[in-house]
Amino acid sequence: MNFPILSSLILLPTVGALFLFFTKDKEGNNSTAKYVALFTTIVNFLISIYLWISFDQSTSNFQFVEDRTWIEGFINYKVGVDGISILFIILTTFITPLCIISVNNSVKNRLRDFLIAILIMESFMIGVFCALDLVVFYLFFEAGLIPMFLIIGIWGGPKRVYSAFKFFLYTLLGSVLMLVAIISIYWISGTTDVIQLYELGIDAKYQNLLWLAFFSSFAVKTPMWPVHTWLPDAHVEAPTAGSVLLAAILLKMAGYGFIRFSLGLFPVASEVFTPLIYTLSVIAIIFTSFIALMQEDMKKLIAYSSVAHMGFVTLGIFTLQQQGIEGSIIQMISHGLVSAALFLCVGVVYDRMHSRMINSYGGIVTIIPKYSILFMLFTLAALGLPGTSGFIGEFLILMGAFKDNFLVAVIASLGVILGAAYMLWLYKRVVFGKLVNEDLKKMFDLNRSEYLILSCLAVPTLFFGFYPDPLINTIEVSVTDLINMHNTNIASK
Amino acid sequence: MENLNLVLPEIFISLSIMFLLVLGVFKKNSSKMTFNLSLFAILITAIITINETFSVSRETLFNESVVIDSMSSLMKIITLIGGFLVLVISSSYLKTFKIYNIEYPVLILSSILGMMVMISANDLIVFYMGLELQSLALYVLATYNRDQLKSSEAGLKYFVLSALSSGLLLYGCSLVYGFSGSTNFDIISNQLNSNEYVLTFGIVFILVGLAFKISAVPFHMWAPDVYEGSPTTVTLFFTMVPKIAALTVFIRFLYVPFLNLIDQWQMIIIFLSIASMVFGAVAAIGQTNIKRLIAYSSIGHIGYTLAGLATASNEGIQSSIIYISIYVVMNLALFSCLLMLRRKDQYYEDIEDLSGLSKNHPLLSLCLLVILFSLAGIPPLAGFFAKFYVFKAVLEQSMFFLAIVGLLSTVVAAFYYLRIIKIIYFDKEKDKYDTDHSLWLKFSLTVSTILILLYFIFPSQLIEVVSRINII
Repeated sequence: MNFPILSSLILLPTVGALFLFFTKDKEGNNSTAKYVALFTTIVNFLISIYLWISFDQSTSNFQFVEDRTWIEGFINYKVGVDGISILFIILTTFITPLCIISVNNSVKNRLRDFLIAILIMESFMIGVFCALDLVVFYLFFEAGLIPMFLIIGIWGGPKRVYSAFKFFLYTLLGSVLMLVAIISIYWISGTTDVIQLYELGIDAKYQNLLWLAFFSSFAVKTPMWPVHTWLPDAHVEAPTAGSVLLAAILLKMAGYGFIRFSLGLFPVASEVFTPLIYTLSVIAIIFTSFIALMQEDMKKLIAYSSVAHMGFVTLGIFTLQQQGIEGSIIQMISHGLVSAALFLCVGVVYDRMHSRMINSYGGIVTIIPKYSILFMLFTLAALGLPGTSGFIGEFLILMGAFKDNFLVAVIASLGVILGAAYMLWLYKRVVFGKLVNEDLKKMFDLNRSEYLILSCLAVPTLFFGFYPDPLINTIEVSVTDLINMHNTNIASK
Repeated sequence: MENLNLVLPEIFISLSIMFLLVLGVFKKNSSKMTFNLSLFAILITAIITINETFSVSRETLFNESVVIDSMSSLMKIITLIGGFLVLVISSSYLKTFKIYNIEYPVLILSSILGMMVMISANDLIVFYMGLELQSLALYVLATYNRDQLKSSEAGLKYFVLSALSSGLLLYGCSLVYGFSGSTNFDIISNQLNSNEYVLTFGIVFILVGLAFKISAVPFHMWAPDVYEGSPTTVTLFFTMVPKIAALTVFIRFLYVPFLNLIDQWQMIIIFLSIASMVFGAVAAIGQTNIKRLIAYSSIGHIGYTLAGLATASNEGIQSSIIYISIYVVMNLALFSCLLMLRRKDQYYEDIEDLSGLSKNHPLLSLCLLVILFSLAGIPPLAGFFAKFYVFKAVLEQSMFFLAIVGLLSTVVAAFYYLRIIKIIYFDKEKDKYDTDHSLWLKFSLTVSTILILLYFIFPSQLIEVVSRINII
C-alpha cells in the first residue's frame, strides 16, 4: 500500500480547520488564522498537482485507490481517481485558496469561523470527487450542506435566512430519494462499490426508477430548470467566497454525478431519459438566458447564466458522444474558473460601493481600467469567445449535439447568441457609458490581493483556451472507455 | 434450583432502594448521601449485569416467566447508564428549585427496577407488574416540582391517561389469555395460530397500550404537556429511559407471542410509524418551547424506531435498537445544553432564549449545532447512521412507501431543527448565561457530543454488539 495521497487530500483541510479551532480568536487581528488556512489550502493544491503529474493518462482504471473496511461486511471506505474526477479535484484545490485570499475584503466578522467552514467544505468537496462507494459519496455529498448553510446564513446578505433555508431544504429533498436508491442498489446487487457495480451492471428493469431517484438529487444540485430557483437566491445572499465555491465547485458535483453514476450505472435508463434531459437542458439554456437578460442585479444575472451554462453541460453529457462528454467536462472546468472570476469581479465593486445593482454603475472604465480589462476577459470567456476555455467546452458540446440530434443542437446554438447578448450588455452597462453616479469616482483600482486572484484565474482561462490538450489528454481515455462500456451494455440488453 | 445470579441485578437494586429509603428517613439532611449512594448502586448494578448476564445467550427463570438474553442485558445496561447520567446531571437543577430530596433518587431507582423487570419479562403478569412499578414512580416524578402548577398538572395528566392505557393493555392481556390459556409468551406463541376476530382485538388493545407508553401517534397527546410541565431533568428521564424499556417490550410482544399473527399487526405498526414520523415533523414546526419541541421530535424519532420494527426481520429489530441507542445519546446531549441555559438561578426554556447564543457561548452553540444536525439526520453525524440502518432494513423488505415517507418527513423535520440553528447562529444576541456548570453536566455534554461527531469513524462496534440480538 502506497502513501494514502487521496485521504490526505481529504483530511488535510480538516486538520487545518481543527488547528484553527484551537487557536485563540483575537478580535481585529486574524491574519494568523488566514495564513494558516492559506498555507493548508496551498499545500493541498500542491499535493493535487503532484497527483496530476503522477497520474497515468494511458489507462481508464481508477488510480491511487484506497480500500479499507469501514462498516464490517457492508461498506468499504473506497476512494480513487480516474481521468474524469482528477480535474475536479484540482479545480477544488485551486479555487479554495483563492477564496481564502478574497475574504480579506468581504468578510468582516468572525473570520476564523468562516475559514473553518471553508476548510471543512473543501474536505467534503474533494471527498465527493474521489469517493468510489455510493454510500461514501452520499456522505460527502450531503455533509457539504452543513458548512454551506452556515456560510450563507451567518455571513450572507439581508435575505440570508430565507436563502440558506431554501438552499438546504431543496438539496436535502432531492437527495433523500438518492439515499433510497443507493440502499436499493445494495439490496439488488449486494454491493455499493462503484467499480464492482460497473462490472456487475444493474438489472435493466430497476434502472429507470433508480435513475430517476439519482436524477432528482442531481437535477436540484445542477440546477436544472425548473428546480433552479434556489440558486439565484443563494448566490445573491452568499458572501463572495461562498458564491464562488457554490458556482465553481458545488454545481459541478451534480455534473460529475451524472457522468459517474447516471451514465455509468444506468446505461439503459440513460438512453430512455435522454429526451427528458434534452428538453430540460434546452429550456434551461433558452429560458434562463432570457431571464438573465432582464436582471437588474449583477449577481443574479451571473447566477442565471450559471443555470444556462449548466444546461449546456447536461446536454453534452447525454449526447453520449465522445465530444459531448469531453466538452461537458471542459465546460464545467471552464465555468468553474470563469464564474468564480465573475463573482469575484462583482465582489470587487460591491466591496467598494455596496451595491450589486447594474444601474448604480456605468462608465467605470476610466476610473478603474485594470479591473475593466480583467472583467472584460472573463465576460468574453463566459460567452465563449474563441481563445478562452469557454469556447472549447461549448464548441465540443455543440459538436456532440449535432451528431446526435440536429434540432436540439440548433436551438442550443441560439443559446450561445443569447449568452453573448446578456454578458455583453451587462459589461456595457457596468463599464462603459456615461459616468452618472458621482460616488463612483472615489473607487480605487484593484488592490494587490484582488489583482493576484483575478490574474490567477485569467491565466488558466486563456491557457486552456489556446491549448486545451492537457485537459483533453487527461480525460480522453476515461471518456472513451465510459462510452464503450455504455455501448456494450446497451448492445447486450 | 434456579440460577439466581441471573436476576442478581434486580435483587441488588431492590435491596438498595429499601436501604436508601430507610437511611433517608432516619438520617437528617441525607439528600446528598442518598444521591451519591444511589449513583453507586446503579453503577454496581450495571457491573453485575455485565458480569452475570452479558455472555448469556438465552436463559429462562421462574417457570419461564423471566427471560435473560442478549437483548435484555443490552437494554438493561443502556437503561442503567441512562438513569445514572440523569441522576448525575440533575442535582444542580434540583437544588435551584429546592427539591433536592431523598425521594428523587429512590423514585428513579424504583422506576429503573420496574423497567428492568419489564425488559426481562416473558410473561404477561410479570410484564404488567414491571410496567406499573415504573409508571407509578414516573407519575410522582412528573409532579416532583409540586409548587409549580404546571408540574402538578403534568403529573395528573400523565396519571389519568397512563392509567387508561394500562387498563386497555390489561384488557388486551386478558383477551389473549382467554384464547391461549396461558400468560407465558412462549406458550401463547405456540397456541395462537388462528385468525379469530376477538384475538385481533386483544392484540390491538395491547398495541394501543404500548403505543401510548412510547407516545406513538395517535396516542401521543400526553407527551407535549407532560414533557413541558415536568422538571427538566425528569423530562430528560422521560425521553430516554422508559422509551428503551417500552421498546424492548414492544419487540418482545411482537416477535414472541404474536409472531404468527404478523399479518394482523404489521399494518398497525406501519401506520403508527408513518403517522408518528409525519406528525412529529409537522407539529414541531410551530412550537416555541424547547421542551414541547423535543416532545414532538421524540414522537418523530419513535416513528423511525417503529419503522425498523415493522420489517419483521432481525435486521429491522437491530436497526431499531441502534436507533434508540443513538437517540438516547443525542437526547442526553440536547438536554445537557438545555440545562446550561441558566441565568441567576433561573432556567430558560423558550427557543427565543437561544437567540444569538453563538456570540457569547461559541462552544455551547457548536455542540448544539452538532446535536441538531445529528437529530435532523445529516451525515456524517451519528443521527444519519441511525436512520440509515433503519431504512436499510426497511428497504430490504421492499417497503418503499414506508422508506420514502420516512425520508421525506426527515426533510420536514430538518426545517425545525434548522430554525433553531438559525436562531442560535443568525439572530441577535441576548444576555450571557451563567457558565459555572457542574462538572458532570460539562462531562456528559462533551462526551455525548464527541460520540455523535465521531461515530462515523468507528461505526462497526455498535453494530457488532447489537448483532448478537436474534429474536426471530
